Amino acid sequence: MAINKLTVSMSPHDYGKNSVKKIMYGVVLAMVPALLVSVYFFGLDAIRVNLIAIASCLFFEWFFQKFFLKGNTTIADGSAIVTGMLLAFNVPSNLPWWIIVIGSLVAIGIAKMSFGGLGNNPFNPALVGRVFLLISFPVQMTTWPKVSVLNFTMTDAETGATPLALLKEGLNNGKSMTEIIDSIPTSYVDMFMGQMGGSLGEISALALIIGGLYMLFRKIITWHIPVAILGTVAIFTGILWGIDPTKYATPLFHIFTGGMLLGAIFMATDMVTSPMTHKGMIIYGIGIGVITVLIRVWGAYPEGMSFAILIMNAVVPLINNWTKPKRFGEIIKN
Amino acid sequence: MLKTFPKGGVHPNENKFSTGKPIERIDLPKQVYIPVAQHIGAPAEPIVVKGDMVKTGQLIAKSSGFVSANIHSSVSGKVVKIDKVSDSTGYKQTCIIIDVEGDEWIETIDRSETINDKIDNLTGEQIRNKIAESGIVGSGGATFPTHVKLSIPLGKTCEYLIINAVECEPYLTSDHQLMLEKAEEILIGCKLAQKVVGAKKILIGIENNKPDAISNMKTMAQKYKDIEVHALKVKYPQGAEKQLIKALTNREVPSGKLPIEVNCVVQNIGTTFAIYEAIQKNKPLFERVVSVTGKSISRPTNIMARIGTPINMLIEAVGGLPQDTGKIINGGPMMGKALNTVEVPVTKGTSGIVIIPEKYSTRPKSYNCIRCARCISVCPMGLEPYLLKNMSIVKMYEEMHKERALDCMECGSCSYTCPASIPLLDYIRLGKANINKILRSQKS
Repeated sequence: MAINKLTVSMSPHDYGKNSVKKIMYGVVLAMVPALLVSVYFFGLDAIRVNLIAIASCLFFEWFFQKFFLKGNTTIADGSAIVTGMLLAFNVPSNLPWWIIVIGSLVAIGIAKMSFGGLGNNPFNPALVGRVFLLISFPVQMTTWPKVSVLNFTMTDAETGATPLALLKEGLNNGKSMTEIIDSIPTSYVDMFMGQMGGSLGEISALALIIGGLYMLFRKIITWHIPVAILGTVAIFTGILWGIDPTKYATPLFHIFTGGMLLGAIFMATDMVTSPMTHKGMIIYGIGIGVITVLIRVWGAYPEGMSFAILIMNAVVPLINNWTKPKRFGEIIKN
Repeated sequence: MLKTFPKGGVHPNENKFSTGKPIERIDLPKQVYIPVAQHIGAPAEPIVVKGDMVKTGQLIAKSSGFVSANIHSSVSGKVVKIDKVSDSTGYKQTCIIIDVEGDEWIETIDRSETINDKIDNLTGEQIRNKIAESGIVGSGGATFPTHVKLSIPLGKTCEYLIINAVECEPYLTSDHQLMLEKAEEILIGCKLAQKVVGAKKILIGIENNKPDAISNMKTMAQKYKDIEVHALKVKYPQGAEKQLIKALTNREVPSGKLPIEVNCVVQNIGTTFAIYEAIQKNKPLFERVVSVTGKSISRPTNIMARIGTPINMLIEAVGGLPQDTGKIINGGPMMGKALNTVEVPVTKGTSGIVIIPEKYSTRPKSYNCIRCARCISVCPMGLEPYLLKNMSIVKMYEEMHKERALDCMECGSCSYTCPASIPLLDYIRLGKANINKILRSQKS
């Protein structure tokens, strides 16, 4: 019996079929419905922004990996595509290309690769990129084109504000809630389907929920983070609305606007920057919900999702320390 | 709802190719290598010397302490050498090498096929002594001497005798086949073990992927009112002692303690068969059922092999080693050991030989941890493998100990499930070894 080579390694000798690549491309697939909706409402501009963001993220991933980390190239693992798409989803569709490239540089170069690449970044790269752009280019980042169904002309479309921005502005000008709601041209059905102003990927609740269900089905995410965030926001804003409906918007309004669903389903659930245990995920989700509402209702910015997620990202190591899984055999029964 | 343990676990492809293959006997080898350490504890001391003639079943090495076990010759013939030979662990070990001449069994063994179900004439103490004499050790793979496991410490009582017929390892079918062919004998063995520990009830746990074994055991167990056969949900590592107790009784063995702490004693199904043969047939443990199987094997089957038979004889019997073989595992693919040669002998703990083609024999390339937390959700002990791995890398062994690294039973669910293919268990093993080193140095 001639054997030339036998592999001798420690157990286990069998491996599951899951891989980082499958997870990352699963997330990409889950974002496709929202992408299609954005093309439907914003036209080819949506594709332009996505392509620029993905291409520049891939380029920076390759560049930093090759010249700074000096490791094997990791662009095939799909994580840069996810970051690129999420960044694109978080910006207006009429953003100039060079701003998108700067956003990608910050997202991949500073938020991800400077910490050691995939898995080592404490903050969600796409959100760091987005917040950097929001602070650096406030005008371009808050000038949203008005939605127009299947407009492929690529001409400079009319611009308008998001429902949340209208709300904030109205309240600052001392208008009553009914006046503000009347001035907002979008109904709840429009918001659910995506016919409203906003960043290109955040508009359609329906498409985002479909993507979320797909990720739940594929076991890429668990229900804990999205449910904790949305539940907290619903309860918190519900209480405020119950106290004074003339000053505070309804919970449904908050959930359908300002990237709430995009954040809860796609951004906060990023594995790298979220807690490890289910208990921790719920604490993290509640934290995001509370901070978001605080910023939206009392803060200067109309939307607070990005900041809330980044703030809670910073707390994740602490949450992991507090929430240990229940050890087997820990409770000694008498 | 089928019973199972609540936290963690994975479900690898079962690949039980040798299912339903009757237990075969193969030709005796020309030479056997019988290691004197086939069990946990002190190695046995050889009592034969070069040139001695021995018979099948004759005592050739004597237990050298309380936690130790007798070794019996598995063949008849002439002792040619007592020498160091590398065994399945890769280390050199004292082996008694016997040239086979004929097959002459010692006279006291009852070789008839009749089933002897009279168990009333023996006391528990007598049964335990006989088990010790017969060199029986746990046949699941851990090979803990059975008479020690059946000794109840002072002040403790045993309520349940739990019989582990889970066989949660992929590929292996030896216990399954034994239950189909030897159910009556197994149940008598269970009753004998029950007598030793004084258990009120016997619970037999079988995973639901063996419906024929479950129904066979249930039918056979009808005549005993204190034996219950339970079908369990298929989930690895259900065959782990603590997980099986949890699944069957919902009791949790405290960290670092033995099952008797929750009034349970666990025995493997193969062990109970050995107990039957030892007590009722006077036959010491010198052969066992081994599944020889693999994707590329032409005729996977279950073989009743004499202890000391070189593994290559078993592989020849199932059609030889395929050309593309890349790995040979002693045991199942989840916890078994990869062998570096086929010259190693079958021992009391060899439950299977699994042949893996070269294509599947190497580890997938590993990536950065993406903190997906899958390792945490599959760990049956509620540990955090990713954290233990990181601590092990930076040598934080004391912190690792605080995070209960020693609770890890090395089931490999974390490494199995990791999407980044990180060898988590390797790092944890390294850390555990260092923790144990620290603990030993603190003691002395």
